Amino acid sequence: MIATEGLSKRFPRVTALDRLSLDIGAGVTGLVGANGAGKSTMIKILLGLSPATEGRAAVLGLDVSTSGAEIRERVGYMPEHDCLPPDVSATEFVVHMARMSGLPPTAARERTADTLRHVGLYEERYRPIGGYSTGMKQRVKLAQALVHDPQLVLLDEPTNGLDPVGRDEMLGLIRRVHTDFGISVLVTSHLLGELERTCDHVVVIDGGRLLRSSSTSDFTQMTTTLAVEVTDSDEHPDGTGALRDALAAAGVTLLESSEPGLPGAGHVLLVEARGEDVHDTVRDTVAQLGLGLVRMEQRRHHIAEVFRQEKEEVSA
Amino acid sequence: MSTPSGTVPPPGGPANPGGVGPGVPAAGATQIHNIGYRKYDGPRLGRSYAMRSLYTQSLRGAFGLGRSAKSKVLPMILFAVMCLPAALVVAVAVVTHAKNLGVGYTRYAILLQAVIGLFLAAQAPQSVSRDLRFRTVPLYFSRPIERRDYVLAKFGAMSSALFVLTVAPVVILYIGALLAKMDFGDQTKGFGQGLVSVAVLSLLFGGIGLVLAAFTPRRGFGVAAVIATLVISYGAVSTLQAIIWAGEPSSAITWIGLFSPITLIDGLQTAFLGAHSAFPGGVGPGAGAGVVYLLVIAGLVAGSYGVLMRRYRKVGL
Repeated sequence: MIATEGLSKRFPRVTALDRLSLDIGAGVTGLVGANGAGKSTMIKILLGLSPATEGRAAVLGLDVSTSGAEIRERVGYMPEHDCLPPDVSATEFVVHMARMSGLPPTAARERTADTLRHVGLYEERYRPIGGYSTGMKQRVKLAQALVHDPQLVLLDEPTNGLDPVGRDEMLGLIRRVHTDFGISVLVTSHLLGELERTCDHVVVIDGGRLLRSSSTSDFTQMTTTLAVEVTDSDEHPDGTGALRDALAAAGVTLLESSEPGLPGAGHVLLVEARGEDVHDTVRDTVAQLGLGLVRMEQRRHHIAEVFRQEKEEVSA
Repeated sequence: MSTPSGTVPPPGGPANPGGVGPGVPAAGATQIHNIGYRKYDGPRLGRSYAMRSLYTQSLRGAFGLGRSAKSKVLPMILFAVMCLPAALVVAVAVVTHAKNLGVGYTRYAILLQAVIGLFLAAQAPQSVSRDLRFRTVPLYFSRPIERRDYVLAKFGAMSSALFVLTVAPVVILYIGALLAKMDFGDQTKGFGQGLVSVAVLSLLFGGIGLVLAAFTPRRGFGVAAVIATLVISYGAVSTLQAIIWAGEPSSAITWIGLFSPITLIDGLQTAFLGAHSAFPGGVGPGAGAGVVYLLVIAGLVAGSYGVLMRRYRKVGL
């Protein structure tokens, strides 16, 4: 789908991309990096809108420097920022964008109705976009990227500004873009946790350089970490804290949460399970404290842990 | 565009808000399940079609077509105001069996320049400022069209809209003149000169209006900038001309006319299109000075295009 070779982009004062060589196949690929890591620059180059300083890039087998228009006809793009005029309806806007992609008028209308339904916009699609919620606007942005049935869509931070539920819905939708619609996806995010659920493959870039590129399953092999979540009780208003102390006393190794910032992370204890008996110890300890055991599950590694580890290796 | 949701198989609907699960129609024992995603195998008409689509959409938009009812009000009123005097002139000519129309074909747009100015001030920002303000421009550039196509489509649409506005009364005058059985040859020649005049005017005004609007993402500023430019330049030029005329009439009157869009058109058509100048004393440029007028107009039109191209270089994505 996408291949780059020694791709560099230098601006007078910064190097946005530094000799990046990638080979991205079909499926859902996550492009991960902190803000300013070069993700948006990469998308601009892939759309043939910004020439690379050196190196080559090809999308769908077409060279970005010579076949920009052909690429853009077959590729969809959802920008990170707001891009919707508030005074037209979603239907009118998406029909117009479909025609801008080269679809004849009738096909543009039919595909718009289909696509808006697929992204989950129904009766509201006839109302002006100005009155939509952020989640609905994101769906319209996604719809305009899909309306011409591209072979590949480039989604720039599609979950930005969404609440946790909206985020989950959007990620589910992105997954379906590939599984149900057969369209390959390149999705950027600065949140690693999001992408491990959605992507088949993750590319991590930092400072314009490739940090790591591998399949999501490689990143998140099964580990012997147990995630434990308990309820609070009258006796132990902070059930999690009480359990943590009790487990530590019982000689069980507790791990740092990988995503301390995420909502709910404070209520999940990560326990290193060296043997089967650890499960029993956790169960008995919870029972002794009189707490309700909400869940106890084996955890996969989060991409974030790998990312942190890679960064340490690089900086070392 | 406003196809009711019930015509084609309507899976989904308000009963199915979460996603694209099976849609269940209210009536009938047969369940229609989601038809799923359909691939598009039809034609993709490419870059020139996309550019034409943008041109059509922008041209229609200038008259409020395909937009809300509210946005049709102003352009339609201005269009009516533009045509009404022509209809009156025609009516008078027909009733009085006049040998000539009261107003020349080339003179009409000059007389109603305020209406043209208002139309431009309202519609140029509508055409380009919205795309900039709501950051829709990057979406356009993620489609097959190039920057040049976008600028040409917008420029073409704005000029075409002005042409429609200015040519309509000229056509009314011409039809009226023929109905009043005026001399066919004379009238057709005048009509042709009028067409050329309003075509040049449309290009010049369209370019100036878009450049001003493209630098002001806020629509209100765009409106103000266009009106101010047209009014101030014309006001200054005509005042200076009047002062010189009252003192020592000289060729300076002609050269000062180069500094406002409407006097440029006036000068051009006086020199080449048989028009009577609206300059004080009716002294417009002769053929020599007329060439300078033509060059300045061509330069402004080309310059507007160049400035717009530069403007959109930075906006892509």
